[in-house]
Amino acid sequence: MTDFGFTLSCSSTLDLGKVDNDKFEELCRLEPGAGVCIGCGSCSAVCPSARLSGMSVRKVLLAVRRGRNVREMLQCCMLCGKCTIVCPRGINTRNLILSICKLYDD
Amino acid sequence: MIYEGKQKIWSEYQKEIPDDNWYYVRSCIRQNFFPASERMFTEISRNVLGKDIYETPHHTTCGGIAYHCDTIPQETVMTIVARQFALMTEAGYENYCPSCITSFGNYAEILETWREYPELETRIREDLWKACRREFKKPKYLAHTSDLIYHWRNEIAVRAKHRLVNRQTGESLRIVEHIGCHYAKMFPSKGVGGAEYPYVLAGMIESWGGQVVDYPERRHCCGYGFRQYHVKANRSYSLSNTYKKFESMEPFHPDAIVTNCPGCPYFLDRWQYVIAEQTGKTYGENGFGIPVLTYEELAGLVLGYNPWDLGLQLHQVAVEPLLDKMGVEYDPEAKYLGLNRENILRPELPGSIRCF
Repeated sequence: MTDFGFTLSCSSTLDLGKVDNDKFEELCRLEPGAGVCIGCGSCSAVCPSARLSGMSVRKVLLAVRRGRNVREMLQCCMLCGKCTIVCPRGINTRNLILSICKLYDD
Repeated sequence: MIYEGKQKIWSEYQKEIPDDNWYYVRSCIRQNFFPASERMFTEISRNVLGKDIYETPHHTTCGGIAYHCDTIPQETVMTIVARQFALMTEAGYENYCPSCITSFGNYAEILETWREYPELETRIREDLWKACRREFKKPKYLAHTSDLIYHWRNEIAVRAKHRLVNRQTGESLRIVEHIGCHYAKMFPSKGVGGAEYPYVLAGMIESWGGQVVDYPERRHCCGYGFRQYHVKANRSYSLSNTYKKFESMEPFHPDAIVTNCPGCPYFLDRWQYVIAEQTGKTYGENGFGIPVLTYEELAGLVLGYNPWDLGLQLHQVAVEPLLDKMGVEYDPEAKYLGLNRENILRPELPGSIRCF
């Protein structure tokens, strides 16, 4: 193969018609707060782990909505609960994170 | 649906195109990429249709290529453009037609800016006078050369020697039309049919017997996008855009692609080879690519010109499958012969995509 010095990048287009919603629906049953998140990102802003690991509850929840496996993204969560304190929607984010871990561990 | 309302909206996307007396300006890059295209425009308009097309050797770049690469400010481009208008005024013409889509978008943008900010136009007039003692009138009509071929499409269809029909099956050829982004995406009312439903190339295809392919990424950029390609770090992005388009059009099995922009045919043509090298995938039949033509080359084929006089040997993707389908006669031995059948050497052919 000729080396052109640049390659093809995969398309990041989302086909929402093909997204598997099962995990997200189950998550909403375990933690109804998942459905009321407005994605403001306050949780990510206060996360002590975020600056070191890229951990972001907002990103994790978005990924669950898009049917992706997020178990690895949650490896660096310390369950400190700062995100629960700042959430303007009053979501129990600690329960949310534990529920997501449970979903993907089963 | 209120029919009159729809008619009113649609009428805004119709374009008045004078039939004759045009001041023609060439593109910076087209003659390097597909050298016979602009030559074919003057040949068809002057010698086949008998129109008055004037051009001057004093014409320079419009500055659009540097402007869209973020290297010069708009005021500089405006002064360059003011000089082009001055040349047109001196030649006694009022209708201005650029061969380049980016030039067309650039002129449309500048005329619109001057309409919104007349004080800027006054300043540019002063700058031009100081720089080269020239004065200008703004063109009465601005059209891209594909608008003109669109306007003359039925006159060309009457003189057609070949139609866009498969000689073997009798079916219309499936043609993808790709419109340059700067044609109507910036100022939809300046193009035929606006940005969403531009009819300029589709009209030619239908008039010459082909069928237009509709596919999901039809209005996507070809991948050139100026700074996407010119900044080498972004080049993967350019290639990936083209790949996206080909993946999208592949299920519809197009026989050819026709474009009206200088960059689009080049990138849609050359990137097919790069995609073949990197993924081993080709989009035409039997290991060939999909031939990509400019609208002048297509008009030339329809009118029966020799494909090698149209410069089709300079395409990366082999055009022979399309010529065979249309029933165009050609001499394979003469493909790489220059003027007076002088041998200009055969290029090295790639192994990843079939070429002759």
